[in-house]
Amino acid sequence: MVSRRLKWLAAPYILWMGVFVVSPLVIVTFFAFTARDGGFGLDNFLQLRAFAPVFARSFYLAFLATAVCLLLGYPFAYALSRESARVQGAALLLVMLPMWMNFLLRTYAWMNILENNGLINRFLGNFGIGPLQLINTQGAVVLGMVYNYLPFMILPVFTVIQKIHASLIEAAQDLGGNARVVFARVVFPLSLPGVLSGITMVFVPSASTFIISKLLGGGKVLLLGDLIEMQFLGNAYNLHLGSAISIVMMLLVVLCMTVMNRFGDRGDVIYV
Amino acid sequence: MKKALSVAALALTAALALTACAGGPRIIVYNWGEYFDEELNAAFTKETGVKVVYRTFDTNEILYASMKSGGVAYDVIIPSDYMVGLLIEEDMLQPLDKGKLSNYGDVMEMYRDLEYDPGGRYSVPYMTGSVGIIYNTTKVTKPVESWDILWDPDYEGQIIIFDNSRDALGIALKKLGYSFNTTSENELREALAALIEQKPLLQAKMMDQIFDKLTSGAAAIGTYYAGDFIEMRKDNPDLAFVWPKEGTNVFVDAFCIPKNAKNPDGAHMYIDYMCRAESGLANVDVTGYSTPLQSVYEQLDEDWLEDGISYPEGGILQYGEVFKSLPKATRELYDRLWTDYNAAS
Repeated sequence: MVSRRLKWLAAPYILWMGVFVVSPLVIVTFFAFTARDGGFGLDNFLQLRAFAPVFARSFYLAFLATAVCLLLGYPFAYALSRESARVQGAALLLVMLPMWMNFLLRTYAWMNILENNGLINRFLGNFGIGPLQLINTQGAVVLGMVYNYLPFMILPVFTVIQKIHASLIEAAQDLGGNARVVFARVVFPLSLPGVLSGITMVFVPSASTFIISKLLGGGKVLLLGDLIEMQFLGNAYNLHLGSAISIVMMLLVVLCMTVMNRFGDRGDVIYV
Repeated sequence: MKKALSVAALALTAALALTACAGGPRIIVYNWGEYFDEELNAAFTKETGVKVVYRTFDTNEILYASMKSGGVAYDVIIPSDYMVGLLIEEDMLQPLDKGKLSNYGDVMEMYRDLEYDPGGRYSVPYMTGSVGIIYNTTKVTKPVESWDILWDPDYEGQIIIFDNSRDALGIALKKLGYSFNTTSENELREALAALIEQKPLLQAKMMDQIFDKLTSGAAAIGTYYAGDFIEMRKDNPDLAFVWPKEGTNVFVDAFCIPKNAKNPDGAHMYIDYMCRAESGLANVDVTGYSTPLQSVYEQLDEDWLEDGISYPEGGILQYGEVFKSLPKATRELYDRLWTDYNAAS
């Protein structure tokens, strides 16, 4: 237990949270429930029906990106956990290396690769193929999300798998479990906390991104983030509607996460 | 992309501007990015002793949002025509004291009394320019005369248009033969229908990135600014520029002083300094846009006049129409139409 005297050490962070997390939330909520002319009401939320396709598209693409990250990231993290410390160190460095570069630059680089006269299409052109429509598609947007957020899946999964005690796996093997059973009934259930935080860390920024869709979707794949940005910095300048969209998006994300965590808890109960 | 940065910059601007050096008189200037010879700021400070805190924005709407948020009291801002109109309408500008602007007489007659600011009470033109169709002559072989070319199925996947409601709907309005400044709901709905019809042909809609896409040859045809075309053609001689026959958007960016300016005297000095011929020439060199100052125009190099794009015979205003500030109901209609357009698959 942390002694009571040390509690004040948390004060700076609590202050930070209050000023930069709680008060903005209060302001956003206030805007969401007020109209341009100042009256209180649900008008902003009623308008949101028009944006249903945008909500659906955002969550669908974020879901795809998360699934791809999980399919790519989990096996990698699992394989890496069985390597020597030196290999692990080098591999983790490579996973994190791109993050040292500016996010926008990395996404810009993808534009040059996917462009109609970009690297891929120029290469294919040598064989008389194409040009293929790669950029300004939903696929390009998902690719951008996967590329940018994959490390956020690998790192938590790896950290958790690595901490699974070898004796647990040995015990399962001693009790006659083959490799599949050991993975399905021991390693995977124990790695779920890492998977869940990985999913959260990929899904949330994917659902709310606006710059990836702008750069790789060419303004044709409108996501929630773009919609919100339009309300604050576009012609519209409707802070109230923008706030309402933000609130609903937050609630939907919280809902998704709650459902996911339920699923995770049950997993623990059954297998541990 | 610039826009994404400026979201963060918006917050920083507020913080920086407030903490900037306290000693001596100073002014805060808010201008478009990449649209000014910044060495002039140092020269101005040297001559007058007034320090310049220089900040930039990327769209009129970011400027508007920043002013509305009230974080910083700017002394000089440089919005475009329709935004000047909106700021006047919302009582956010102060009338200029022409007595303090000794160089105002150099502003060409035709730019002194435009619809967004009748009589030029609140604004002094900084630069003017126009939108046109820029196309790659190796890929677009049909004659380009009309906005219709942006609806031509032969160029499917090669067309880029502006990614904001006023410009995009405006071009559709012009194609249909209507005014940019129409308030008719029927005309605007027709324009929306035209844009939705065009949607499958588009490669993308974007803003600043159009420059790169057209210059690199990634797209064959798009809408962009005459001033930038001069730069683009240096990198890609295959590009050509046309004002469509239906008319185009002519814009004027103008110096204004917000109502809540802390140093209106310094602001007047600054505007007057920028209206000198030397300052105007320096800015034309850096930006490539067209000057509204007579003495600058007379001293320009031949190259600028040759192609007739930056300074067409008889003035640019005959090729198009300047945006006016639209009534609130029309602005809200634009928002709804633009949302419908973006949501349409």
